[in-house]
Parts: sequence; structure tokens; C-alpha cells
Amino acid sequence: MRLGSGAFAASCVAIEVLGVAIFLRGFFPAPVRSSSRTEHRAEPPAPEPAAGAHSNWTKLPPPLFNKVVIVLIDALRDDFVFGSKGVKYMPYTSYLVEKGASHSFVAEAKPPTVTMPRIKERETLSPSLLVLCGDHGMSETGSHGASSTEEVSTPLILISSSFERRPGDIRHPKRVQQTDLAATLAIGLGLPIPKDSVGSLLFPVVEGKPVREQLRFLHLNTVQLSKLLQENMPSYEKDPGFEQFKMAERLHGNWVKLHLEENRSDVLLSLGTKVLRQYLGALKTLSLSLSTQVAQYDIYSMAVGTVVVLEVLTLLLLSTPQALCRGADLEVPLRSPVFSLLFYLVFLVLSAIHVIVCTSATSSCYLCSLPWPVAGGLMVLVSALLCAIVSTLTRTVIESTLLRKNAALPSSRWSEMDLLLMLGTAGHVLSLGASSFVEEEHQTWYFLVNTLCLALSQETCRSCFPGDDSKPQHSVHMLQDSAVYRAPILHRAGHTSPSSEALGGHTRWAILASPWLVLACCRLLRSLNQTGVQGAHRPDLGLWLTSSDHKVELSGLAALSLLVIFLLVQRGCSLVSRAALALGLLGVFCYRAAIGNVLFPWQPGNKGFSKGIIEARFVYVFVLGILFTGTKDLLKSQVIAADFKIKTVGLWEIYSGLVLLAALLLRPHNLPVLAFSLLIQTVMTKFIWKPLRHDAAEITVMHYWFGQAFFYFQGNSNNIATIDISAGFVGLDTYMEIPATFLTVFGTYVGPVLWASHLAHFLSSEASSRACFCYALICSVPVATYLILVTSLRYHLFIWSVFSPKLLYEGMHLLITAALCALFTAADQ
Amino acid sequence: MKDTDIKRLLYAHLLCIFSIILSIFIPSVFLENFSILETHLMWLCICSVFVTAVNLVLYLVVKPNISSKRNSLSHKVTRILKCCIYFLMSCFSFHVIFVLYGAPLIELVLETFSFAVLLSTFTTVPCLCLLGPNIKAWLRVFSRNGVTSIWENSLQITTISSFVGAWLGAFPIPLDWERPWQVWPISCTLGATFGYVAGLVISPLWIYWNRKQLTYKNN
Repeated sequence: MRLGSGAFAASCVAIEVLGVAIFLRGFFPAPVRSSSRTEHRAEPPAPEPAAGAHSNWTKLPPPLFNKVVIVLIDALRDDFVFGSKGVKYMPYTSYLVEKGASHSFVAEAKPPTVTMPRIKERETLSPSLLVLCGDHGMSETGSHGASSTEEVSTPLILISSSFERRPGDIRHPKRVQQTDLAATLAIGLGLPIPKDSVGSLLFPVVEGKPVREQLRFLHLNTVQLSKLLQENMPSYEKDPGFEQFKMAERLHGNWVKLHLEENRSDVLLSLGTKVLRQYLGALKTLSLSLSTQVAQYDIYSMAVGTVVVLEVLTLLLLSTPQALCRGADLEVPLRSPVFSLLFYLVFLVLSAIHVIVCTSATSSCYLCSLPWPVAGGLMVLVSALLCAIVSTLTRTVIESTLLRKNAALPSSRWSEMDLLLMLGTAGHVLSLGASSFVEEEHQTWYFLVNTLCLALSQETCRSCFPGDDSKPQHSVHMLQDSAVYRAPILHRAGHTSPSSEALGGHTRWAILASPWLVLACCRLLRSLNQTGVQGAHRPDLGLWLTSSDHKVELSGLAALSLLVIFLLVQRGCSLVSRAALALGLLGVFCYRAAIGNVLFPWQPGNKGFSKGIIEARFVYVFVLGILFTGTKDLLKSQVIAADFKIKTVGLWEIYSGLVLLAALLLRPHNLPVLAFSLLIQTVMTKFIWKPLRHDAAEITVMHYWFGQAFFYFQGNSNNIATIDISAGFVGLDTYMEIPATFLTVFGTYVGPVLWASHLAHFLSSEASSRACFCYALICSVPVATYLILVTSLRYHLFIWSVFSPKLLYEGMHLLITAALCALFTAADQ
Repeated sequence: MKDTDIKRLLYAHLLCIFSIILSIFIPSVFLENFSILETHLMWLCICSVFVTAVNLVLYLVVKPNISSKRNSLSHKVTRILKCCIYFLMSCFSFHVIFVLYGAPLIELVLETFSFAVLLSTFTTVPCLCLLGPNIKAWLRVFSRNGVTSIWENSLQITTISSFVGAWLGAFPIPLDWERPWQVWPISCTLGATFGYVAGLVISPLWIYWNRKQLTYKNN
């Protein structure tokens, strides 16, 4: 079957989206949580068990402490406090641990039930209970995040005057779980234990209380844990913890009966100790079985998802030479795998594996819960992809040997720019394995984009001072005699022809200056929105602009940005859409004025704010109108074949419609981001990509880099908290799920989407399917690598706080890439 | 002839490396509380001065380039002045590039500028010594196939490796290890220094191994 490389890439990305979806379903565990969480009605606490009907103690026991102060110290390892270092560097704390009224533990941070990381808090010291703890430890070299003993061991010291400590009583700190703190604090403060908590009470805290209260506390905790177990495990009655709990509850009832009969004999004491021990054992077993259930990943679904994604990536990589070097059409071996023996063998083996895994699985598994035909279809997909890879591989090998026999290939040497783009992309992908680089990914992109600009400036220098360079194709010889060079170069991989304007001295200086202009723009944007973790607290321009004292400045800046946007976008539009764009941008300003973000110069005073529904819908009408005109032009170009001009205009109109939508959704202080993005696109197009005649692949990768950088310039990060959900309410009266989701996603991914649509327009005339292929490839490499990284790091301490939000972002990015590739291909057909 | 040249190059480079090592150890004899990390600015200045001095001395002693024909005093003075201006210009342009790369604009200006001075010392000073204030010659040396002697070849290698070292030095900054050397610009200055030293070591060896293939227009 022959497919255009664009269509091939689009379908590949679509399959990858499926794979990532399966992976995500397996990766995010079905949470251990109480089903009654939606009910806000507080359940009455479990009454004290009693054999007779005498006990009427059904209220919660009184709190032990009035106030709790938590001192959480970053990366405090247990031996910093308890070891010899503690005596030296933390003398008061170790005095408290040794002599004072305190209980000390070694709390184990057990991934993935991480409670502490990223809750950093500190308060003044006037406590009833002072909790001193660390969020995680560190290894000898200072790194943290893995699961070695040094990294998961943190001190946990509870200091309170209510603790009695006999002098000379030296206790070794016991190993407990960090999750135990929540249950302990709840009991200590006289609150109900959180329903979803999997921790058990730290018993020494209540040791000073009378036995009846101790038993009551333990009973409350055990009841809570056993309820959680009942809701999450179908066969909970066979769990040893549950059996222990039932036993303890019976004994407890007997004890209460004896106690109420005023029996003060030794029997009561010994029975009390027995009940205590029984409860503690039950708590330990219950807590363990619950936390192992939390820690279980659905490895089978994850593996299948990863395999699908990797197979597609391999297929893409194998067809790269064919797609980039030869024509736009690709031979996709689809017919042969369906009838080959290999396909059926692989399918049989996979089905057998599926049956074995599903019949032997103990925990829940998503793929096994699917109906049979769906799972079978998935197996067919996996085996067909495998066969396609095998046949592509054999064909590549055969062809390369044939070629080697026939003639030496013209060795296509990689330019420095290719090398930089390749290494930069690879370096970024590898950097995602470190949690800090995920948190600070914006810095990676800014660094890469800056380096790209410096490399471009070096390239412009080389080409503007001819004679220093021995490479013909990159020099701007065409500055002198473009006619001579135009013919041969146009045969080389798809280039746009140089603009016909006279390239004189001015153009030369503009070419030399443009990388520096781009660099300066990037530096300005960088200080607009501080993002990430390290720099998030620093004041930035965006904060200054959004404060209510600087409304005038914000209004001026927004108006200026809208003007710049209009000037930069209007040049490619038809007259009608130019007018629509102008009115639309005016509508954007009116909308922001109506909701009170900016001021009109003629209405400086405050007036009542509305939701701006009418203004926003006014803009939506123009957005839809421009998009409609663009689509109409594209359709027309397909009817009248080989009319590139109409197609280019149509793509530009779609692009300008998206720009208008972005201008509406972005907050006013982010409008400069949009304006600078358009400015950089214009400058790069005019002075760098066209005169320097970059390859379609190079231009695609550059668009991808800039798109990623603008994702962060806009104030996004790899944390879910930075998503601007207000974009989902623009022009909507109430919350409507589908439009709100669409608008939020578009508002978040404005940078990548706008750069990709600019790419579609820029390469529309000749190399759009190649660009589509490159774009699909460059976007799927990080996702595929990240799936592997996350799978291998699934017991990392920061898996939930750092890596899994990034996984969601990557999945969404892939979905958007799939949509963009489909659009590219549809425009190209 | 060529082997003796390579030997001279090697000795010159060893001297440069020795000067960097001295800049680490000598100040601790005279100054109290001197350490590279804590009194980093001081070390940056001392290292720049040492490397510049050694380069000047080498230039005067070895004279790898045949000096120009005109040797009048005024010519020499203008030449020296030009060199100074070029050096300052390179310092400022490096500073601008660092700020564009994201160095803070107002805080740590002195640190950023000293890093610019250090990087200029590793790259611009040898260029000025060897090629003089002659932009055309610089462009020739740093374009492909433009070198005409082993000195220029080694200049190319050391300059590029210093840049690459400084570039790589920025990598550990985002990591949350909270080490003293992760602070701007210490990791970058250390990276540039390591890159320069590596370039000094590698270039004679590389030239030695490739001496059969290397043909220069002059030799």
C-alpha cells in the first residue's frame, strides 16, 4: 500500500496516542480510597465495642493536643539528627531526643505513597506538639529521588510536654512509615482519621493515656483501615489483618465489659495488654496490605502501551531515509504482514500470553477487564506493527546492499546545524530522566533556543562574508548572483525560492542582526513569566503588570501588542479576513476591558464589570469566519489542482484565525508573548530561513524548539497548577465541559500550535508532507523515551509530584500533535 | 622541523596549564581564607592575570608569527591600544551574551563580568597574541580549512574547547543538589577552565597524531 509520508506520519501518531492512553490507564493506579468520599455528612465515629450493652462511649475521645506545629526540613536524613552528626550540629534537638519529653522515629518515605515532598512549611514555636521531620533524605552525593535507604529515611521527632519520659530511658528510634503521621495527628487533635489514610497510629504518642483510651484510639484506627480494605479488596475477609482485627474487636469488647464491671484484677491488666498487642498487629498488617495495593502498577497494560508506542517509533525511524530522501510517497508494507506466517505466529503467542497473564493476575488489570474482541484487536495491531517493522527492515537492508553494490551514495555530510539540532533534541530527551530537569524544563528549552540563535548568527556571519567558507550551498552567494544558483539549489530538498526583492547591503545587515534580535526577544519574554520551581518565587514582569496599580501600563502594553499582532498577521490575508481580524482584535480589547483587566483611555474610571459574554462571542464569530474562509480556500485549491497561491493564502488564514483565538484566550499580560512569537516568526522567515536556504527537516525542528520554548514563555510549567483554566470560561455563561476543555487545551498549548501552523503555511508550497513526517517524528521521540523513563523510575520518590504531571503533559502534547498532523495531511491532500 | 614545532607548542601549553595550577595554589600562601569556591571572584581575577601574563610572555619569547614589517613605535602603540580595545569589546560582548542566555541583569553583575573577562582571557587573548588585532585573520582562522600553522590550529582547538566547556558548565545549574559550585557563574567558570585545559592538552596530541594529514599552505 502506498501512502503519502504525511498521511503515514499522521496515522502513526494516532496509533501512538492509543498506546500512550493504554499506558496511562495502567500507570495511574486505581486509587485506594473510600467510595463514600463524596458524601459530606460526617459519619459518627465507631462506638466502643462491648460484649454487653453497657458502654455508651460513642463520641470521639478528647484531643491530646490543642495545637500542632510542623517543622519540615528539606532533605533531612535520619542520621543527621540521630547519628553522631546530630550531636554536633543539632545539639538542642539531640538533647530533646535523648533527655526531653519526645518520641523519635525513623519515618520511611515509601514511594509511591509519598506524603511529604513539596509540602514545605515553617511556623513559630509556641507548640503543644512540635513535629520535626524531613520530607526525604539524601545520598552521600546529595542527590535524592531514588529509593535507597539513605534517601527514604527521614527523622520524625514529636516533642510535647505531655509526653512522660523516665530519665535514663534510652530508646532506639523505631522505623515507621511517613503515612503514619496523618493518622497520629488526627488522633492527637481529636479529629476523625482521614478516610483514605493508609497509615497506622504511632502508639508511643498515646502511651501515657489510660488503657481504655489507648484501646479506643487503636480501635478507631483499625476500623478506619478495615473499612478502606473492605472497599478496595473483594476478598477482604481472608486478609490476615482483617481476621486479626475481628479477633481484637471481640477481645476488646470483653475487656470493656470487665472494665465496666469495675473488675480491677490482674485479669483485666493482662487482657488489656493482649488486646493492645492484637490491635497493633492488626494495624501493621492492614496498613501493609493497603499500601502494597497502592504501590501496585498495572505493569501489563503499561508494557502493552509502551510496546505499541515503541513499535510505531521504530517504524517511523526506519522509514526516515525513505521519507526524507526520496519522494513524498512511502511504501507501507501492510498487505504482506496480514498474510504472512509470522503475523499469525506472533498473534498466537500474544494471545497465549494475554490469557496466561489475565488468568494468573492477582490485582486488577485494565486490559484483562476489556471485552475479548477489543483485546484481540489490540493484539492484532501489535503483531501487524511488528511484521511491518520486520518487512521494512529487510527491505532497507536489501536496498542498502544493492545501492552499495551499484554506486557509492553521495555522502550527505551533516552540517553543524543538523548536528546541533540532533544533539539538542537528544539531550533534552535524556534530561527528562532527572526530576530537576523536568521541573526546570523551561531552562533547557531557553538554553537550546539561545544556542540555536548563536549558531544561526555564526551561520549568517559565514554566509555574509563570502570567501571564508568552502561550502557552497549555505553561503549567500545568491546575494551577488542569485540567478546562477537558484536553478541547482531548487532541485535540492525542498526550498522556497528566495524572495525576489533586491538583496542589497541593507538585507545583509538585517540578516546579520536578526539572530540577535531573536535572542533579545527571548530574553525579554523570559523575564515576563518566571516558571519552574527554582525561580517561581522571583518577581517577574507578569506579576508587576497584573497588579492593580499598573492597570494603565497593562492596557497600553496590551493595545500595543494587539496592534503589532494585526500588523504582522494582516499581510498574508485577503481583504475580508483582514477587516475581520481588525474587528476581532478590537473585540479582544473590549472583552478584556469589559471583564476589568484593562482600561479604555476614554473610560479611565472603574465601572461595573461583566462577564464579557457578548464581546467574547463577537470575537468567536470572527474566529470562525476567518477559519471558514481559510478552509474554503484550501478546498478550492484542491479542486483547482496545482494552485499553490490559493493554498498558501488559505493556510495563512487558518493561521490568523488561530492567532485571533489565542489573542482572546491569553491573559492580557501574555499578549506580548503572542506578539513576539509572530515577530520572531516573521524575522526568521524573512532573514534566516529563506536566505540561508535551510532544509525542510531543519526548519521543522527549529519550529518545534521555538514552539516548546513559547509553551514556557507563556508561563506554563510541568506542574498541573500553572494551567490557566480561566481560558475555559471565556465567552461561556456557565461551565460547559467540551468547549471549556477545548479552550483550556488550546490556551495552554498556544505556543506549539501556532508554531506548527506557521510551519504548515511556510512549507505549504513544496515540502509539507516531509515537514509533517519530521514533526511527527520529533514529537514522538520524547514521548516514547519518557514512557520508558517513567516505567523505570516508577519507584522514584517524586513519581507523583514531578514525573506523572509531566507524563500527562506529554500525553496531551502527543494528542495535539496527532490533531496537527491530521490537519497538515488534510490540507495537503 | 615539524616535530620540533609540535614540541615547542607542547611546552608552551604546559606552561599555560602550569600557570592555571599556580593561580590555584600561590594565592593561598599569601592570602588567608582563599579558596576557589568561597573567594571565587578573587580567583577569577588572579587566574585571568596569570593566563594573560603567560600568554604575553610566550608571545614575546616564542614569536610564532613573523612580526610585521613596519616596526615603528607609533605603529606598536596603536597596535597595543587596538588590542586593549578588542579585549574590552570581547569582554562586553561576552557579558551581553551571558545576559541573553539568562544571567541576571542587575544582581551578580560583577560575577558575570568576571566570567566574561575569564572567557576572554582563554579565547581572545591568545587570538590577539597570535593574530593581532586583525579581524580578517580571525575570520580566516575560524572558518573551515583556514588555518595556516600548527599554532593557529591549536588556537582553534583551545578556543572552541573553552566555549564548549563554558556551555557544558551551565548544565548542572538547574539540578537541586544545592552544592556551592552550582551557583552562577562558578560552574560555568570551572567548565570554561576545564575546557581550556583540555584544549591545551588535546591540541598538541591531536596535531601530533594527525601530522601526516595536516598540510598548511605556508609550511
